[in-house]
Amino acid sequence: MPTAEIAGVTVDVNEEGFMTEPGQWTRAIGEAIAAELEITPMTEAHWKLIDFLQKDYAEQGQMPSIRRVKNAGGIPTKELYGLFPDGPLKKASRIAGLPKPSSCI
Amino acid sequence: MKQLVILGAGTAGTMMANHLARKLDKKEWALTIVDEHSTHYYQPGFLFIPFGMYDEKDVSKPKAAFIPKGVTHVQEAIDLIKPEDREVLLKNGDKLPYDILIIATGAKIVPGETEGMLGDGWRRDIFDFYTIEGARALRERVRSWKGGNLVVHLNEMPVKCPVAPLELTLMAEAFCTRQGVRKKTEIHYLSPLSEPFTKHNCAVVLGDMLDGKRINFVADFQCERIDPENRKLVSFDGREIEYDLLVTVPTNMGDPCIARSGLGDDLNFVPTDMHTLQSKAHENIFVIGDATNLPSSKAGSVAHFQADVLTENIQRFIAGQPLEPGFDGHANCFIESGHNKAFLIDFNYEVEPVEGSFPLPVVGPFKLLKETWINHMGKLAFRWIYWNMLLKGLPMPGISTRMSMVGKKTAK
Repeated sequence: MPTAEIAGVTVDVNEEGFMTEPGQWTRAIGEAIAAELEITPMTEAHWKLIDFLQKDYAEQGQMPSIRRVKNAGGIPTKELYGLFPDGPLKKASRIAGLPKPSSCI
Repeated sequence: MKQLVILGAGTAGTMMANHLARKLDKKEWALTIVDEHSTHYYQPGFLFIPFGMYDEKDVSKPKAAFIPKGVTHVQEAIDLIKPEDREVLLKNGDKLPYDILIIATGAKIVPGETEGMLGDGWRRDIFDFYTIEGARALRERVRSWKGGNLVVHLNEMPVKCPVAPLELTLMAEAFCTRQGVRKKTEIHYLSPLSEPFTKHNCAVVLGDMLDGKRINFVADFQCERIDPENRKLVSFDGREIEYDLLVTVPTNMGDPCIARSGLGDDLNFVPTDMHTLQSKAHENIFVIGDATNLPSSKAGSVAHFQADVLTENIQRFIAGQPLEPGFDGHANCFIESGHNKAFLIDFNYEVEPVEGSFPLPVVGPFKLLKETWINHMGKLAFRWIYWNMLLKGLPMPGISTRMSMVGKKTAK
């Protein structure tokens, strides 16, 4: 299992840089990944999504879809794309220390 | 007398009625199947209607012809499922009490989920092919196609038969070539996914094929709205794609009765155990086919494999035995690619589509993940198998419920 040093801490990641142990996540790590993805600054609205993703993943055991972020998280899709341009859930999941969302079926 | 009620007489529900009519003790169990519609459509055949290869009569038969003797067939709309009272309320006010409920209410397109899809452009220059009406209307439109921007659009995952939008694209390419208008036609395939298919191995093969046929794949296209007046799709990240003819696969959702009953997720699909097919919320409710929220394909072959597992688990549930976690996500799909050729893929929750021979090693006759004529013949022959074997719940020779690795080339 590869590791990466993020915000001075060694964490487990996969080949695409997604953290594999949610327990290792801290807000400082989230800030550092966001900076790497050029999402700066992380505003309250950004964190609202990160908090929702982490809460929903813990409760549901899977990554929410864009539709669920809108319905259950109360974040309109247009706003989502404004906050995290180009593949918002992929970027936000990485910042949140969660798996890459699979829209796969 | 105990009551087992099946909601939905589509592919999955009809197969369950046939299986259970053979397996359950008729002195103890009364079987009822409910569906408001009278016609059973062979949905994979819708793909062949726009290009004149099949007619409506090739894809439709009365539902009643496939419901076995001894099963009560109720043709009425479902109003509400009431798990606390263990009963189903029908639109006409009748109540159906149940001891065991099987939800097989499927999935359908909901074009109203996308702004601008239903409007002046609908079935004028915007078409679906997931309904018989849509497939028929598209056929009329393509007859007079002289060239322009042809856009095939997948709105949101999951959809029934996730390969169908690609098949439509490839068949449209072949059609334009046949009609001598390929040079005047630009073909674009728009998807919310980052690759042309959900399984990476298969996406690579199909991606090369799209390039070779000069079909423009537009990735990560999350459609915000359709502008029917100016004939363009607009994505959330601000991209605009113009069309002269738009063939769309709208958002697919579970039946509205699931939402009314409070049993569904954000798309009205019922949360279901991925291996036993028991609903997560109620132990005496089971779910099969497109109605589940499972990360398996919404396809007839999947429902067929699920039906074997569910038939076993209904008997175990009745006998008070632990359920068998027998469903592995197995799917088996022909991918029609135009010019009388097709691919075949076989995969499950864990194993991606790989190359090899199917169902027998070496001799096949079908080749996995390769484009061949014999695969195309298999796809056409499947219609007969569907009506005569699959719906009746008869076993398919050589094809097991759990995916087999025999004859497959696996990565070292």
